[in-house]
Amino acid sequence: MRTTMAIAWKELQVYFTTPTAYIIGAMFLIYAGIIFVLDITSQTPEASVRSFILPSSTFFILLSPLLTMRLLAEEQKLGTMELLLTAPVRDWEVVIGKYLASLGALIATIALTVYYVIMIYSFGDPDTGPVLSAYLGVILYGAAALSIGLLASSLSSNQLVSSVVGMGTLLVLTFVDEIGARLSGVPADIINNISLRVHFSDFSRGIIDTSNIVYYISIIAVVLFLTVRSLETRRWR
Amino acid sequence: MIELDGVTKYYGNYPAITDITFRVEKGEAVGFLGPNGAGKSTTMKIITGFIPPTSGTCSVAEYDIVNQSIYARRHIGYLPETVPLYADMAVSDYLRFMGKIRGMSRERIKSRISEVIEICRLQDYRQSYIGKLSKGYRQRVGIAQSILHEPDVLVLDEPTIGIDPIQVVETRNLIRDLAGEHTLIVSTHILPEVSMICERVIIIHEGQIVAVDRPENLATRLRGVERIEIDVRGPSKEIIAAVKDVEGVSGVERKPNPGSADFTTYEIEGTRGGDLRALIAASVVQKGWNLLRLQAVGMTLEEIFLRLTTTEEQLPES
Repeated sequence: MRTTMAIAWKELQVYFTTPTAYIIGAMFLIYAGIIFVLDITSQTPEASVRSFILPSSTFFILLSPLLTMRLLAEEQKLGTMELLLTAPVRDWEVVIGKYLASLGALIATIALTVYYVIMIYSFGDPDTGPVLSAYLGVILYGAAALSIGLLASSLSSNQLVSSVVGMGTLLVLTFVDEIGARLSGVPADIINNISLRVHFSDFSRGIIDTSNIVYYISIIAVVLFLTVRSLETRRWR
Repeated sequence: MIELDGVTKYYGNYPAITDITFRVEKGEAVGFLGPNGAGKSTTMKIITGFIPPTSGTCSVAEYDIVNQSIYARRHIGYLPETVPLYADMAVSDYLRFMGKIRGMSRERIKSRISEVIEICRLQDYRQSYIGKLSKGYRQRVGIAQSILHEPDVLVLDEPTIGIDPIQVVETRNLIRDLAGEHTLIVSTHILPEVSMICERVIIIHEGQIVAVDRPENLATRLRGVERIEIDVRGPSKEIIAAVKDVEGVSGVERKPNPGSADFTTYEIEGTRGGDLRALIAASVVQKGWNLLRLQAVGMTLEEIFLRLTTTEEQLPES
């Protein structure tokens, strides 16, 4: 556990001592800000976070792989993986440590939007429940996206390849429900349930459904498990 | 302390090393010698647990490197060939991180960092970013991290490659100092390095061990031919003919020595066996020529190495 935290802390420091986190944070704020402004200047503005947080979260398709692409790919490129994996550290400790760091950076980025929430509260009277559930949903959604980004990072020593693979996977997993909408019966159910976006929409309406939480947690667990496996196979090659 | 038994590693269908077996006792300094691509790095990666062997077993400090990897790894300090470091970290931050992932306590990390910084003479660079250091200093940081946790076993892969001559000397001295406290394995393809640092040499070629011995024994044992140099004043042709007649001499060659026209140096190769020096001296003196010098020439490690690796002469293991 201590080693996991040491790795997480080191990676967090890298995020905030290099421009990475700031650039990504700024990009996210611009995007979320535009959507927020469009929303409150519309014909029927609503005192809720729903209308801007749902579209903002699609930005995670870009953001998460950018946050995670470095984590494992760079270690492989620099050869530092050799030192990391010959230290008395288990592979899963490396993966969890890196994952927690990216989660920290993501939550910090999401926290920047609290500024909008304060504005909504001071100019309107939103329901607090949906606000909190929307944030819970957004964090879960982002956490799942990060795990996929981390898996992509373990697959290649090239950061660009990692990020593109991560973005492509997320793009498909997010919008796959569009295909589901054109089908019916069991295939439609399966496809809809895979979609990252479908499980998120309940949260933004203020509904905390256990099945949605289980969905995100399972995605994270399975994908991180695959990441550990992927790291192990690097040794066997 | 380190035990390899029949270790073989295939990369795909290509055997990087085959049937490597050796032991390193506690406190011993062993040199791992071989040309590029001989399988030195692969062997070291297996010892340190980075890659598992395809077959065979390897144990460090009595722990199997595959099945009890974490325990074995606690005893190892490792400097890989490429000296992998995080360029965007300061030296002391980097060392602190390495200490933490090796499970050292906060106090111990603090005191050890000061110690290794002193040992590796990095005092002026504590807060420097690793990316800004020269290759030689990066090498020192690499060594510093490998000894930080006071490991029983120190594995250094080509520690002097790519740094300038002055730093090479310093690095060698540093490694020699470390050899006393640790069980040490150093790989290199630079020969004098081995005789300077190590008590025992393992020569590896095309993935197989071709010789294991002390540097000095290796020279004697290998002398399948004996070599003698003589300086003689006299007619060259006749001298060569006379020396050739001595029993056991297989070849005589005149060596250019532009410094003196007074005498000529000859290099004599004899088949293994009794000492040829007395016979040669007698035959030269009998003819009335002046024998100015007679010397048995040992083979340098360099020659042994070339002989071993170019003719692939197999030697029985000691």
